[in-house]
Amino acid sequence: MDLILAQDLTKEFDTLTAVEAVSLCVGAGEILVLLGPNGAGKTTTIRMLASILRPTRGRVVVAGYDTEIDPVGVRRSVGLLTEHHGLYTRMRAREYLRFFGQAYGLPPALIRSRVNELGNRYGLGDDLDRRLGEFSKGMRQKLVLVRALLHDPPVLLLDEPTSAMDPASARLVREGIRKLRSANRAIVVCTHNLTEAELLADRIAIIHRGRIVAHGTPLELKNALLGDPIMELRVACPLDGAARHLPKGLEILVSGPDWMRYRATLPQEVNPRVLRAMAEAGIPVITLSEVGRSLEDVYLQVVEMEEAAEGTGL
Amino acid sequence: MRSPGGRPGELLAGALVVFRREIRDQLRDWRILVPIILLTLFFPLLMNFTASQAVQFVGRYGAPIIGERLIPFLLMVVGFFPISVSLVIALESFAGERERLSLEPLLATPLTDSQLYLGKMLASLAPPLAASYLGICVYLIGLSLQVGWHPPLVLLTQVILLTTAQAVVMVSGAVVVSLQTTSVRAANLLASFIIIPVSQLIIGESMIMFWGRYAVLWWIVLALLVLAGVLARMGLHLFNREEILGREIDILNLRSAWRFFWQAFRGDARNPLEWYRGLFRSTLPRIRAPLVIMAGALVAAYVIGQGLASDYRLPARLLTYGRAEAGVLEQLQSTGLLSGRGWLLVLGNNLRAMALAALLGGFSFGVVAVVLLMAPIGIIGYFAGNVGLAGQDVVRFLLALVAPHAVLEVPAAILGGAAILQLGLAVVSPPKGRTLGQNWLFALAEWARISFGLVLPLLAGAAALEVFVTPRLAILLLTGS
Repeated sequence: MDLILAQDLTKEFDTLTAVEAVSLCVGAGEILVLLGPNGAGKTTTIRMLASILRPTRGRVVVAGYDTEIDPVGVRRSVGLLTEHHGLYTRMRAREYLRFFGQAYGLPPALIRSRVNELGNRYGLGDDLDRRLGEFSKGMRQKLVLVRALLHDPPVLLLDEPTSAMDPASARLVREGIRKLRSANRAIVVCTHNLTEAELLADRIAIIHRGRIVAHGTPLELKNALLGDPIMELRVACPLDGAARHLPKGLEILVSGPDWMRYRATLPQEVNPRVLRAMAEAGIPVITLSEVGRSLEDVYLQVVEMEEAAEGTGL
Repeated sequence: MRSPGGRPGELLAGALVVFRREIRDQLRDWRILVPIILLTLFFPLLMNFTASQAVQFVGRYGAPIIGERLIPFLLMVVGFFPISVSLVIALESFAGERERLSLEPLLATPLTDSQLYLGKMLASLAPPLAASYLGICVYLIGLSLQVGWHPPLVLLTQVILLTTAQAVVMVSGAVVVSLQTTSVRAANLLASFIIIPVSQLIIGESMIMFWGRYAVLWWIVLALLVLAGVLARMGLHLFNREEILGREIDILNLRSAWRFFWQAFRGDARNPLEWYRGLFRSTLPRIRAPLVIMAGALVAAYVIGQGLASDYRLPARLLTYGRAEAGVLEQLQSTGLLSGRGWLLVLGNNLRAMALAALLGGFSFGVVAVVLLMAPIGIIGYFAGNVGLAGQDVVRFLLALVAPHAVLEVPAAILGGAAILQLGLAVVSPPKGRTLGQNWLFALAEWARISFGLVLPLLAGAAALEVFVTPRLAILLLTGS
């Protein structure tokens, strides 16, 4: 079941089109990463999904509520982690969370238990009675994540959830987000951090100048944009004489005295044949592994293609 | 989970959540607390001292009236000073929160725009008003102990109402100002649009109090309450998620503004005929309500003027129709007024009046424009009333002196006034999907369409009638010569 459904979403501000014809859907238990540079339209998209900005065109349904018909229902179903913390620094953390709990209409007893539970889960248990002005950036980020989770929403919209965090805190938050996915939530994460996108995403939508220019699972995107997987074979002695044993039609891209790289459309079929060939040639194999192709390559490829298309007026 | 909705109880419940947080925050901010405490406790005591010294001083010279008038004036000042803080609190609450980017999480909650607005408004008003009332109490207790003065209940009510209404006006104005900016600095600069008129108002109130015409204060209270209502309505309309998050830059884009204006002025017309057709088919139906208001206002002006005739009567001998002296028309012609130059003079005067009405109407939600255009009709009504009281034929008077050119001039006044009223009200409540600036530009374009397309030709015709027809007809009908 799709908890987030956006169709043909467009947002215009006076002379600027911030988001253009964006369509996406996110099911329960799924994480969609919106990947794009600053100013690409990620935050505007998130704001429209959270029903705090009205689309100029298009339709959004979140957890069964249409943003145009029942924006309050949408906001009740969404936990939003905003890009900027925007904390009230004179307040204590517990007091701050209580205020948001009240704003979401939660009963006092539930607010108390949720604050304690989430505070402990994200390592803020001992700091809940400190003033927010004393919080470090990482602690503030954890606090706003707790704020977004306070009313236990089925949909989470997280704008740069680990920005300004130290590596340990960022890992803690990422782990937390993964656990939230397993609790059957639909999660949209906005980021320009490619590593984070790769670690979290079930699906990725690359957004560039307000439009979604590529969309799919990380593997689908890699295959579509970078071609079939590339394998690297390393052996214990020179490869001379092994050529006649190799499967016919194997596309060798590059090779050295004791290594070679080849493209495998179906690695599960090609790789056993390559290993068999090595055994027949009496060449001991040290490793056979896929050459890592990062999301960065995919992203840069997409941006390059888009800019080339714009340059040629396509 | 409760869902904050639109019912009054729910509206208040959600507003109270915001109110409590804001109040708690204010009570932790020494920059707000210190001035409030000083103005609540020390300032009234200082005023007590001033009042008692002044009363003693003027009493020595046999001018106790000055002391008597000074005491209520200081009462008003004691009430006003703490509420001046409300302006700062409101700017901080709206523009400040926006600048610190803490508004977005709040906008993401199920609280409605009205709940957020009401909560913040009440929080901006409550501490300064409480301080003001407390200050008034301190001042009155001090006066009672020092000089034994007790305020008349009416005066006390007036001062409390004035103080409250001024606070509401300042806070509502501050909200409107804050929503046009993205920073506290810019909001503070724009706040002079509130501070200057309020200062003028305080000076005016002071003069009225020293003059001793306390009844006039009721009218000021009424005017302030109406203004507060208009501003609050305007703020409520502007305080919406779309407007707040959509406005992230304060750049004045003149080219885009001109394009918008020109498009609205021209419409889809390809030639003057189509333009005129659009004027009649779309522009005039859009200002139907202001047209009715304006026509009603002119009728009311005539009735009021006529009513005043019995209070301020003119000598009947001046209003008797009789024979005109020989050569009166020639005498008039010799002044050069019954010529092309006279036509230009009359037209120029009428255009100046319309331009002044537009200018003043723009700053007063159209109210001053309506009043200004009512004035000549009120004067006509006054004279007509006097003519009637003198036993003369009123219809003859109107047909001779007014009707010939009023046939064109009155429609021009109704059309022009309605367009100005629409322009003045454009900032109060922009329709969905249009920003405040766009709505104002649209109303400006409509005003320009009506002014150039209808008002100008009508006034030109009216001036011609007034110069070439009315004098002759007046001599004929009133003197029979």
